[in-house]
Amino acid sequence: MSGMRVQIAQAEKGVEFEFREEDLTNKSQLLLEMNPIHKKIPVLIHNGKPVCESLVAVQYVEEFWKDKSPLLPSDPYQRAQARFWADYVDKKIYDAGRRIWATKGEDQEVAKKDFTDCLKVLEGALGDKPYFGGEEFGYVDLALVPFYSWFYAYETCGNFSIEAECPKFIAWAKRCMERESVAKSLPDPHKVYGFVLELKKRVGI
Amino acid sequence: MAKSEVKVLGAWPSPFVMRPRIALNMKAVEYEFLQEQLGAKSDLLLKLNPVYKKIPVLIHGDKPVCESLVIVQYIDEVWTSSAPSILPSDPYDRALARFWAAYIDDKWFPSLSGIAKAQGEEAKKAAIDQVIEGLVLLEDAFVKCSKGKSFFGGDHIGYLDIAFGCFLGWLRAIEKMNNMKFLDEAKMPNLVKWAEKFCSDVAVKDVMPETDKLAEFAKVLMAKFRGPPTN
Repeated sequence: MSGMRVQIAQAEKGVEFEFREEDLTNKSQLLLEMNPIHKKIPVLIHNGKPVCESLVAVQYVEEFWKDKSPLLPSDPYQRAQARFWADYVDKKIYDAGRRIWATKGEDQEVAKKDFTDCLKVLEGALGDKPYFGGEEFGYVDLALVPFYSWFYAYETCGNFSIEAECPKFIAWAKRCMERESVAKSLPDPHKVYGFVLELKKRVGI
Repeated sequence: MAKSEVKVLGAWPSPFVMRPRIALNMKAVEYEFLQEQLGAKSDLLLKLNPVYKKIPVLIHGDKPVCESLVIVQYIDEVWTSSAPSILPSDPYDRALARFWAAYIDDKWFPSLSGIAKAQGEEAKKAAIDQVIEGLVLLEDAFVKCSKGKSFFGGDHIGYLDIAFGCFLGWLRAIEKMNNMKFLDEAKMPNLVKWAEKFCSDVAVKDVMPETDKLAEFAKVLMAKFRGPPTN
């Protein structure tokens, strides 16, 4: 998930990158490796959990290549809004989505509602704009769109349609998917579903 | 800028509320401090932060900014002519500062609040040990970020000093209540020195709550937390 955000960011900026996939299951410490001399992206690894600090990496990409396709607005208040919503995505979406495939019965019903409630809050923030960034794809769009590749898995596990609840959100996601930077970086939703089935087996659901 | 142009909605015991206050002090920006009462969220708070309903909220003119670290960055970006800069200028150093600030909020602070939630002596000791493990990591981070200077931010306090230093009041209060030490000279010599310097910094000393006051407040909180079960 985290790698996708940085990949999209780098693709938006049109810069060369090297993406290293680390084995997330075998680490027991926090590691931050950065090597600006070779322009390698920072890889943050933590004992099997998703790397929420990917936004740190995205901001690094933004600031290091600051003259190419800015992802954040220039106005400080708009920037604060963008950071606030990207942080909201980090705090809410992963957990809410995870609970859909990791639970069943009544718990799952609650999880589905919590998830669509979060999406509706985001729809409110989006308003009538084509992107969270306004006319241009930006920081919040980038923080959020990788989760779209998990929607098929959530819908199948939860036996529901996200589009029925949040059509505006899906319209926004499809608009993002038309961008090459996004389409290239997101995995096939069916592959993600296969991965989720593995995860379910591991946790015994 | 008139004082009423900038307001901070918060509460004196909250480390998160301290963050924007320190940042505003660093920029010599006058502000009005509006305090929330414990146990009752004001209409103003609910209106300005409908998503989380939490303090701090910065009110600049009529615009609210929420989330303490988002606010600190906003302050740094608005009052640019006031030196020094809160975030470092180099992108790599900025990334390090943001990474460790995220670690503090996402991992270390939850371990700190785990102490109050721990039931029984063994659980409490385990919770305390977890906090100390985190402090050892932060000692290493200090060496890397400070590059031999007094603060994480170098010669002056910066983003990471603010993100972490705001918890020192509470660390001292918990030390006092449990008769133990978190900042150990042997394990974290740099953090011990840094803590003294941070707490006496001119931007910090008037907003850092006194240890005794916090300990008293903690007792009130615990009584509320462990009060009679409610339905």
